[in-house]
Amino acid sequence: MPAPWRPTSPAGSIESWPLADRIGFRLAWAAGVSLCLVAGSIVVYMAVQGLQYLDLGLLFESPQADLDQSKSGGYLDPLVGTVVLTILGTLLAVPLGVATAIWLSEYARPAWLARAVESGVEVVAGTPTIVLAIFGLLVFQRELFSFLSFTAQGDAVFGRSFFIAGTMMSLIALPLVVGATREALQAVPGHVREASYALGKTKAATIRRVLLPAARPGIGTGAALGMGRIAGDTAIVIILLGASLKLDEAGSAPILGDLKGTGSTLTSYVYVNSPAGEGNAPEKAYAAAFVLLLIVIALNYSIDRIAKGRGLPAWTR
Amino acid sequence: MRFSDARVERALAAAACLVLLLIAAMIVFVFAKAWPSFAHNGLSWFGGGNDVDRQLEDIINGPANPDAYIYEIGVFPLLWGTALTTAGAVIIGMTFSLFAAIFIVEFAPPRLNRVLEPVVRLLAAVPSVIYGLIGVLVLVPFVLDHLTSPERKESVAFVVQLTGASLLVAVVILTVMIVPIMIAIIVDALRAVPRSWQEGASALGVNRWRVMWTICVRTARPAIVAAAVLATARALGEAIMLSMVSGSKGFAPNPFDGLTFLLEPTRPLAATIVEYQESSNLEPVANTLYAFAAILLISSMALSLGGYMAKQPMRKYGVRP
Repeated sequence: MPAPWRPTSPAGSIESWPLADRIGFRLAWAAGVSLCLVAGSIVVYMAVQGLQYLDLGLLFESPQADLDQSKSGGYLDPLVGTVVLTILGTLLAVPLGVATAIWLSEYARPAWLARAVESGVEVVAGTPTIVLAIFGLLVFQRELFSFLSFTAQGDAVFGRSFFIAGTMMSLIALPLVVGATREALQAVPGHVREASYALGKTKAATIRRVLLPAARPGIGTGAALGMGRIAGDTAIVIILLGASLKLDEAGSAPILGDLKGTGSTLTSYVYVNSPAGEGNAPEKAYAAAFVLLLIVIALNYSIDRIAKGRGLPAWTR
Repeated sequence: MRFSDARVERALAAAACLVLLLIAAMIVFVFAKAWPSFAHNGLSWFGGGNDVDRQLEDIINGPANPDAYIYEIGVFPLLWGTALTTAGAVIIGMTFSLFAAIFIVEFAPPRLNRVLEPVVRLLAAVPSVIYGLIGVLVLVPFVLDHLTSPERKESVAFVVQLTGASLLVAVVILTVMIVPIMIAIIVDALRAVPRSWQEGASALGVNRWRVMWTICVRTARPAIVAAAVLATARALGEAIMLSMVSGSKGFAPNPFDGLTFLLEPTRPLAATIVEYQESSNLEPVANTLYAFAAILLISSMALSLGGYMAKQPMRKYGVRP
């Protein structure tokens, strides 16, 4: 006969569960707690090592090629490289991603094409960045794109520059922007669109004046997620940004020259300075990795702030 | 400024179709470049029983005359390394993240949950090079000092050197990398299970674990499959971290070596591309590397489409995972 139900605390009643259920319950707790422990130990370890070796002076010093670690300089150039590449990639990914998301959620005609695009975005999201990187190399080493990078004597196009790395980086951010924007657009209630049509607005005007403003937090979230991924990617940087630690400009044009030139980012700096790379200066790698981690955490935190969408009218939610 | 409706639709559709164009270009370009390597080797391209690093060196040092290019390679050790690291990480990670997701959704005290969710997001956002750095500076020395006894080194000394950088470290770190992705997807799916179904089960006297296990996990099965598939795609393509911690040797770890198997070095396909890309201005090397990329591209595409399909059944519950 089943025991009559008593309001007990959930923790107290577990002893009465069948053995298999108790094991499962304990395993779930163990998994959750060890997740916290792993995350905590990674963050604490990186913070301890990073703060130990972080030298604020090195943030403003260019790296130098030198075996003596006290002379090999800081990570100003990689830091600038990360910022430039992230901005470049995001600037390319956001317009394209938002346009794709609007088409997918507002038009999506013909249906087969919409399905194809939808799964295409998933495919791009799943493509390894190393494959994107060497695909980029293949494309941008053609004569046609010689204006985007160094050109060696004999007209061989180098195919590595900030422009090129940024273009391929935008593909990493694209699926995230599309996903977040679509979600935001789908969260806008249908009657809002109908209200706009009732006022005689065209679909295009509705998208521009009503839907895009309402989707702004979503777009921001997607962009921030994408920036985090771009800042954290290494494979594309190593292959498409050239292997120069310093920013090497191509040509004399002030900003274009830099963007056409090669450089490094924090991720490639960490890679090169790890025991796996040529530099083998773990202290510098730890410090740069810590700076990188701070950037990523800041971007993550900004997602929370953006996603709340303050200052938007109530009908958008 | 006024936009004509039809023109806006066409412009947006064109932007959306760029993605398809890109994928088509990717397949065409990569396969065209990879073709000589496949064509010269035939099916023995997938073969083993050789020193793949030596073969790559031969390709690099081969003659410069296009008619005499060397292409001979058997990539089985690299494929085996890819399969072992990926499968190991996905199987361990899957089990772990299923329990962790159940914990987050059902059992975690609310206060812990407020910490856990940002933690999962943070772990997913940590760049792979940082995981690699921790692996190569912390785990590799640990494995070398505490798990690799001289007898073990001796036992395989005539085939391979044990340096600590090993399959074990690669799998452990890869697991840590993919677990947050899987947890995020599974948690979303478990949360999306209608509350009334769970309440119905509870009203029948089913305990909380059983409700989760038999109602929620079962409903979320498509999302769990999708999570595994997406995590596999991620693990397959991880290059930088694996080139840092896996030992960087084109060696196929031998399961018959007992536990030493876990300590043997390996090197997956993606990591091989990173390590040999500096020689990619030589045509035969480039062909070989693009052949590796073609394999990765095809498998990741199959996995992404598989994940996309696997998620579809959830939609019939009105859930968008």
